[in-house]
Amino acid sequence: MIWLHRYTKLVAASTVLLIAAGGMVTSTGSGLSVPDWPNTYGWFMFSFPMDKWVGGILYEHSHRLIASTVGLLTVILAIWTWRVDPRPWVRKLGFAALGAVILQGLLGGLTVLLLLPPAVSIGHAGLAQLFFCITLSLALFTSRSWRTAEPGVDDPTLRRLATATTAAVYVQILLGATMRHTNAGLAIPTFPLAFGHVLPPIWTQAIAIHFAHRAGAVFVTAGILATAFYVRLHHGSRRDLVRPAMLLVVLVAVQIVLGAFVVWSALQPIINTVHVVNGAMVLGTSLVLTLRSYRNSLRTVESRVSPDGVPRLGPGPSPVISAFRTEGQVGLSGDRTRDALPKGTHA
Amino acid sequence: MGFLRFSALMAIAGFAAACGGQKQAAPSGPPPNAKRVDMATAGKVTGRVMLDGAAPANPPITMTSDPVCISQNPNGATFESFVVDNGALENVFVYVKDGLGDYYFDVPADPVKLDQHGCRYVPHVLGVRAGQPLAISNSDDTLHNVHALPNTNPEFNKGQQLKGMVDTKTFAAREVMVPFKCDVHGWMHAYVGVLDHPYFAVTHDGGRFELKNLPAGTYTVEAWHEKLGTLTQRVTIAPKESKEITFTFKAPA
Repeated sequence: MIWLHRYTKLVAASTVLLIAAGGMVTSTGSGLSVPDWPNTYGWFMFSFPMDKWVGGILYEHSHRLIASTVGLLTVILAIWTWRVDPRPWVRKLGFAALGAVILQGLLGGLTVLLLLPPAVSIGHAGLAQLFFCITLSLALFTSRSWRTAEPGVDDPTLRRLATATTAAVYVQILLGATMRHTNAGLAIPTFPLAFGHVLPPIWTQAIAIHFAHRAGAVFVTAGILATAFYVRLHHGSRRDLVRPAMLLVVLVAVQIVLGAFVVWSALQPIINTVHVVNGAMVLGTSLVLTLRSYRNSLRTVESRVSPDGVPRLGPGPSPVISAFRTEGQVGLSGDRTRDALPKGTHA
Repeated sequence: MGFLRFSALMAIAGFAAACGGQKQAAPSGPPPNAKRVDMATAGKVTGRVMLDGAAPANPPITMTSDPVCISQNPNGATFESFVVDNGALENVFVYVKDGLGDYYFDVPADPVKLDQHGCRYVPHVLGVRAGQPLAISNSDDTLHNVHALPNTNPEFNKGQQLKGMVDTKTFAAREVMVPFKCDVHGWMHAYVGVLDHPYFAVTHDGGRFELKNLPAGTYTVEAWHEKLGTLTQRVTIAPKESKEITFTFKAPA
């Protein structure tokens, strides 16, 4: 299990790299520099000569190759998780990642062939973040701390706050993607004021999209600060909650500064891309905090398993309904003592 | 069974019609009583396009992303938005915007040429008739993609990975202007004016243009520049009359 966990971290890190590569494609306006798909200028993708990786092709073709690699890594991840992890819902999540990456590849191809229609491109950007969330979740669920650490908190307020914050971050990312793919990134060319005013004095569709992203940033920042403050106040001794909460505050501060520089630099591609990647980091961190706030609930459908994958007995916050698979059998019971043992050991 | 066959035929016909709707319409032939220009009485409009004020310097182009482009531009390159000769502005598209009525004009079969040479579109501004072939070629030893971004006509994006490749496209509908770009080399732009009549020109040689063989009438003539926008003038010409007009764009501050 520990190797599976390391592997999930590799896939999640590769996904960040993929998001960065995709960000560079959009930021440099290279999305259509390779007009065909899945081939590259008629070449089989993997045999496209390196001396032809010029101009925008460098970004688009690299993105396709990294995406193919992540796709292959995800196939292995799904199979590996299915074979090793005893929790049915985690195994299903592995295949959800595979489905998401396949759909993502198709959306990527479709947006090239349809000449970047905003709806498809925004969908491609939004699904990228969801796929990242799945890989990150798998990394969390397969981690030693998730499987063996002390019981999670049982705080409905925290759950609601963290969930709302994560949802708000995701909506904000979709707004950002809409802004990027409708060329509204400089619709308001000044920051922090809009044309010298708090509210734009004129409104067009592009200005409205751009302003919605700025307003969303205020909303998201408020949500993150409220969540972090709540965690600090009510769960200050819980490192598994305090650390992501504090990291969120830092990341959102960095994100605001990056957003300002995106405007001031007139969409400089590297700054733009770092803004996209850091946005993914904000989402991922918020998701980790949210999942940890739900840890008790999630663990009611899993067994307490030691780091090497062998189920063990241990104190739990509530009667645990086990659902683990041993020797091809899934057990479901409210009796944690009996079901926490592998099949046969309690006969 | 008969109903099923009928439904299948209707579905195929509908699909074919739907697909056909995406294609560019072929230019139709002349109507039976087509009104044509009498060349014996036709006149012309000539003139110049001037720039009032100092032209901004064209920014340099960074071609470091493609060694072939660097080798073809050993002395560097700049954008070509402002080509000014003694106050006269070149690369301005001048055309009759309206006033022609219902004259019919044959569409030339000879293609207009747009080349990619030295990692540039050559020419930078050009005109073509609706339905007339536009032959787009690659004279460079590197890859280009020809990406047209019209509003009215269908958008297309075609790769030309080999030197000597030629693709021929037509635009069915009038549209001023259709921007072209190369997404591989972000600095490459061209602008194509698509018209349903032959009265257009691109300024050159001291900002000059000529719209010849115009029938007598009153016309709106427009001058289009990629950075400065448009200027229009109303012009009336009598039979066989030659009239000279001047457009003066204000230089940006």
